Amino acid sequence: MKFEHFFRSTVGIGLTAVLLLALPFIAALGGQAWVRILDFAILYVFLALGLNIVVGLAGLLDLGYIAFYAVGAYTWALLASPHFGLHWPIWAILPLGAGLACFAGVVLGSPTLKLRGDYLAIVTLGFGEIVRIFMNNLNAPVNITNGPQGITLIDPVSFGAFKFSGTTQIFGFALSGPQKYYFLLVALAILVIIINIRLQNSRIGRAWQAIREDEIAAKAIGINTRNLKLLAFAMGASFGGVAGGIFSAMQGFVSPESFSLIESIMILAMVVLGGMGHIPGVILGAVLLTVLPEVLRYGVGPVQMAIFGKMLVDPESLRMLIFGLALVLVMRFKPAGLWPSPERKRELTEAKP
Amino acid sequence: MSEVLLEAKAVAKHFGGVKALRDVSLSIRRGEIYGLIGPNGAGKTTFFNCMTGLYVPDGGGFVFDGQPLVADAPHQAAERGIARTFQNIRLFGNMTALENVMVGRHVRTKAGVFGAMLLNSATRAEEAAIRQRAIDLLHYVRIEERADDLAKNLSYGDQRRLEIARALATEPKLLCLDEPAAGMNATETEELRDLIDGIRRDGTTILLIEHDVKLVMGLCDRVAVLDYGALVIEDVPAVVQKDQRVIEAYLGA
Repeated sequence: MKFEHFFRSTVGIGLTAVLLLALPFIAALGGQAWVRILDFAILYVFLALGLNIVVGLAGLLDLGYIAFYAVGAYTWALLASPHFGLHWPIWAILPLGAGLACFAGVVLGSPTLKLRGDYLAIVTLGFGEIVRIFMNNLNAPVNITNGPQGITLIDPVSFGAFKFSGTTQIFGFALSGPQKYYFLLVALAILVIIINIRLQNSRIGRAWQAIREDEIAAKAIGINTRNLKLLAFAMGASFGGVAGGIFSAMQGFVSPESFSLIESIMILAMVVLGGMGHIPGVILGAVLLTVLPEVLRYGVGPVQMAIFGKMLVDPESLRMLIFGLALVLVMRFKPAGLWPSPERKRELTEAKP
Repeated sequence: MSEVLLEAKAVAKHFGGVKALRDVSLSIRRGEIYGLIGPNGAGKTTFFNCMTGLYVPDGGGFVFDGQPLVADAPHQAAERGIARTFQNIRLFGNMTALENVMVGRHVRTKAGVFGAMLLNSATRAEEAAIRQRAIDLLHYVRIEERADDLAKNLSYGDQRRLEIARALATEPKLLCLDEPAAGMNATETEELRDLIDGIRRDGTTILLIEHDVKLVMGLCDRVAVLDYGALVIEDVPAVVQKDQRVIEAYLGA
């Protein structure tokens, strides 16, 4: 509670703003790779908040969320690359990507309306795989997605002459590509946070929560559960689509490999680990789960060298081992997530004798 | 405006070979408290579920407020003005008491996704009205001091009241209460009786399923008795109480 008040105060907002502004420059001290990691952290914040609408608010367990990210990414890749020789502008592609992802959300949603929990999870998991396999195989007889090789040389985000790739001089500051993307992503993330907060405290958000809590009671008081579930899928999917577009532009390259099941699971883990349905928690979860594996990647090797003087365990396997262990420990000791909503926290403390 | 608010016409419902409802016809008049009683398994709740669209009847149908009710559309039943509570309380446990009632306003309000995202003045005004109405309703059922508590942490009696407040938030013409006094002690039942009587005086017609015969006979204007899915009698309490078939149904022939 104290934390939330702090973030609402002027000082809190000021400090957060300064920190957000300074971060890419601090990260750059460790090399541009760290700025890119930061970019991905924010991209995942964006994705996790999109999934939070579906899972956290409406309570629909979606294991195929990455499919919508893929739809957005491929929309951008196909319409802004030499692959088809198309170079559409951002204001055309990004809404189109969001729209197509939204449509995919409705397509996924409509056959699953009567399913809940485990059953829904299995169907959405299948849907995610179908999309990935399509991307993998749509290179024959007509080459649409270029199959497993993926699409290269994708246009970066640009507004007129201002490109987000390469270094630009602004007011004597040298801003690298990843740093520019950072600011774009932060702006988008702030937007999605505001939308999330507003949805949560709205008539629609309450209806979603009602469906999550008790679908029959929700129907009985007049909530059209079919439409609202579809709306939740569509909203979540649109956010995924936008994130996918930015991802595509930032990377300059997409291939089906980026949209595997493990990605869906990671995003779901961010939502659950941070604190399902609680926006600050979800943000924390997304940042931690993106940054922690990278910290381990760079940290595990040198630490082994320092302690034992030689590599005992392959750093890559040890990294995932520690990461998995950390997830298990969090769920064991913080079952409601690292930063659950005040209500959830109160309820857990009250439950103790 | 016709005197009859809800008319059931030969409603039938089977579950496999079990005939849960056998051509039940009855009519509820505007402004009355109508009691529906019967032994366990007589089909009372099945009747409720058919009426509120949770079940599709196998035969017959309902006319509500002059128009037929569409089967299999629970959210439309609420929109038409039928609200219900559940025998085993069904609240939104992880939402606060106030939020539970606010959800009840869903069907009478209209802000959509874009309204919520843009938070324009119309949406803000509607949101304030929803909140005010919900607070008023919590006052009405006298649990206003529990407004910010999670519904699942409320006492049993308060949960029953909250469920009624949530149903009232939909502005029903007909409020259906499924065993509201179940598990209540004498004092709580007395308070509930006053609440139900108050709701009727404020102009809402009430359909009451109840096991507490004393409560039903004291409160209802008319009573219908179901036994093995069939309507035994529909009359004023004084007549129903003396009816030989009712006594047999309850005590066994």
